[in-house]
Amino acid sequence: MHVTSRAFHKNVRGAVADPNLRRSLATMKTGFRANRAKAAAALPEFEALRDAGAAIKDRTLAHLDHYLERFEARVEESGGQVHWARDGDEACRAVLDICRAHAARMVTKGKSMVAEEIALNAALEAAGIQPVETDLGEYIIQLRGEVPSHIIAPAIHVRKHQVADSFRENHPQFPADRPLEEPRDLLDEARAVLRDRFLTADVGITGANMLVAETGSTIIVTNEGNGDLTQLLPRVHIVVTSIEKVVPTLEDAATVLRLLARSATGQPMASYTTLSTGPRRPGDADGPEHFHVVLLDNGRSRMLGTEFRDALRCIRCAACINHCPIYGAVGGHAYGSVYPGPIGSVITPALASLEDAAALPNASTLCGRCEAVCPMRIPLPRMLRNWREHEVARRLAPARVRWGLRLWSFAARRPALYRAGTGLVARLLVRLGGRRGRLARAPLAGAWTRVRDLPAPPAGGTFMDQVRIKQSKARDGR
Amino acid sequence: MSQSARQAVLDGIRASLRRGPLPPETAAVLDTRLSRPEPNVVPAIALGDRRTLVARFLAAAEAAAATTQRVPPGEEGAAVADFLRAHALPAAVAVAADPRLDGLAAAPMLCVTRRGADHGAPTDADRVGVSHALAGLAETGTLLLASGPECPATLNMLPDVHVVVVRALDVVGGLEDGWDRLRRHAGAAPLPRTVHLVTGPSRTGDIEQTLQLGAHGPRRLHIVLIDDDPAAIRA
Ligand code: SF4
Repeated sequence: MHVTSRAFHKNVRGAVADPNLRRSLATMKTGFRANRAKAAAALPEFEALRDAGAAIKDRTLAHLDHYLERFEARVEESGGQVHWARDGDEACRAVLDICRAHAARMVTKGKSMVAEEIALNAALEAAGIQPVETDLGEYIIQLRGEVPSHIIAPAIHVRKHQVADSFRENHPQFPADRPLEEPRDLLDEARAVLRDRFLTADVGITGANMLVAETGSTIIVTNEGNGDLTQLLPRVHIVVTSIEKVVPTLEDAATVLRLLARSATGQPMASYTTLSTGPRRPGDADGPEHFHVVLLDNGRSRMLGTEFRDALRCIRCAACINHCPIYGAVGGHAYGSVYPGPIGSVITPALASLEDAAALPNASTLCGRCEAVCPMRIPLPRMLRNWREHEVARRLAPARVRWGLRLWSFAARRPALYRAGTGLVARLLVRLGGRRGRLARAPLAGAWTRVRDLPAPPAGGTFMDQVRIKQSKARDGR
Repeated sequence: MSQSARQAVLDGIRASLRRGPLPPETAAVLDTRLSRPEPNVVPAIALGDRRTLVARFLAAAEAAAATTQRVPPGEEGAAVADFLRAHALPAAVAVAADPRLDGLAAAPMLCVTRRGADHGAPTDADRVGVSHALAGLAETGTLLLASGPECPATLNMLPDVHVVVVRALDVVGGLEDGWDRLRRHAGAAPLPRTVHLVTGPSRTGDIEQTLQLGAHGPRRLHIVLIDDDPAAIRA
């Protein structure tokens, strides 16, 4: 997996200075977050479903080899084929081999984060095969030559006038002076352009939200219908997916479905939940003649044996991303990984390397909102802390940070020293804060004070001092 | 891809789980569970008497931006014609070859072309498509459509307007009840190639998170519910 997370700090500076991005990210609060809260509140069983969902995934992961073998057997029984891939290169090669076997020149693609993870578009293009993204958001960023900035809303960072610019540039078949001000105009134009692609593509590639061991079905959950036209119209359907997506039964899939759309967009069900089982049957008038599933590992089997195993429960709903204050401030591209936000910061170091992604586990205030909304109850903050421990243990953290932590732990183990030290600093800060109670500059806090004042602590001693005073007052008052 | 990739992935999983291949007894227990699936948490909205379930199905479908209509058996052809006229839509409809939809072909106000079986696949020119659902799910107002020779799956996606006929007797509670119907429908064979769970028309929020109905799939979803269940009819 290609990551550019080493540039995180530089990216962040660019991101916070971008007014278009600020306005785009502001929509998350009224959109995703409000809708999820409403949907969760409307279903009394939501918390019980979260428990059940996490338990299903735990049970499945404990027997992952078995369920994958069963899934494979069912796919083959229904006339399809499963291709295993250790890494992204093997997965791309499997897809290319199938495309070449069918002399494919153009492929349509439904939204797939695994395809992004393995950089499938680049591999297809290098082989002379044109990939066409058909999810509206993916189509927009493909035209702009970008990668997704969000796992379910890939073009969330793009404003509509920017979409209009891309369409004018890339759709010369339409009159130059056509109106493209409204989202409706843009959508209708994309629909018209892509309809033609659906009908002429040689191969359709989709991802999968789930794989069902009981039936050998792959499941996609979508709203636009593009994933369906992608897989139903060409002669070949390839599903590009990863090993942790398997669930045992349709009943288990039902539990995940009840959580997925509610956590993602706040819908009780997305417009389309599609089960695909094998190729078309004798007598069927439509549907693909060939059905392939490419099963990617790419570090997941290794993750299974680590303290990050629970992150394999992830159903990629994006709730943690939508609720993350850091993501909300910097957007997805700053992370430099296919998977942004809290879940991205946990899995990127595992799927790529901690060396490349060390900035990401630190890009969190550990406020806990992500874990509070995660339908699979993944302890994301705990995992971010675990990565930070690895970072320090492996001396990847900057020396300044390591020395600071050493100093802090020295003091923290000596309460008298700690209290004396914090008392001294608190008094000093109060003095420096003066009547305003704020500091424009402070030693060691340059990164903070460059963009905002540092509030001085309230006079009257440290937090501990104040608690003591309050307690003794309460005692006297009694 | 090769046999070695498969083996390497499976070995990697087993190494992480700190064990070898599952002992046959354990595998057998898991397989029994696969062949006799148990429901997990079923929400209360998936439960209720017949009348409640049918009413909830229609209300939930409308909440997902579908339109609905209840008609007595035999009147579905007239209902579809009325709907098309009311929305100034063409009377030319592409109807699945499903014999349960033969009544539509007989309706004088409709110009019907059949799709599927010997009639060929749906085309991009089909502006209005009519399918028959295997079941309706009260829980979320979802239609369950199973592909087959007489039920071409692209008819659910290509037309601008998708009309789905569903019988009140086929309206069930939740997803688990839908799976039961599906398993009975498939029998010993694998599931149908494509099973669509459709909840409202296609939509997108990809441009500035503004919800737009009618993305790549149908712009409109109209449900014609045939009131063939005496226990579900309103008092
Ligand atoms: S970590 Fe949880 S909240 Fe985040 S995408 Fe995965 S399942 Fe959703």
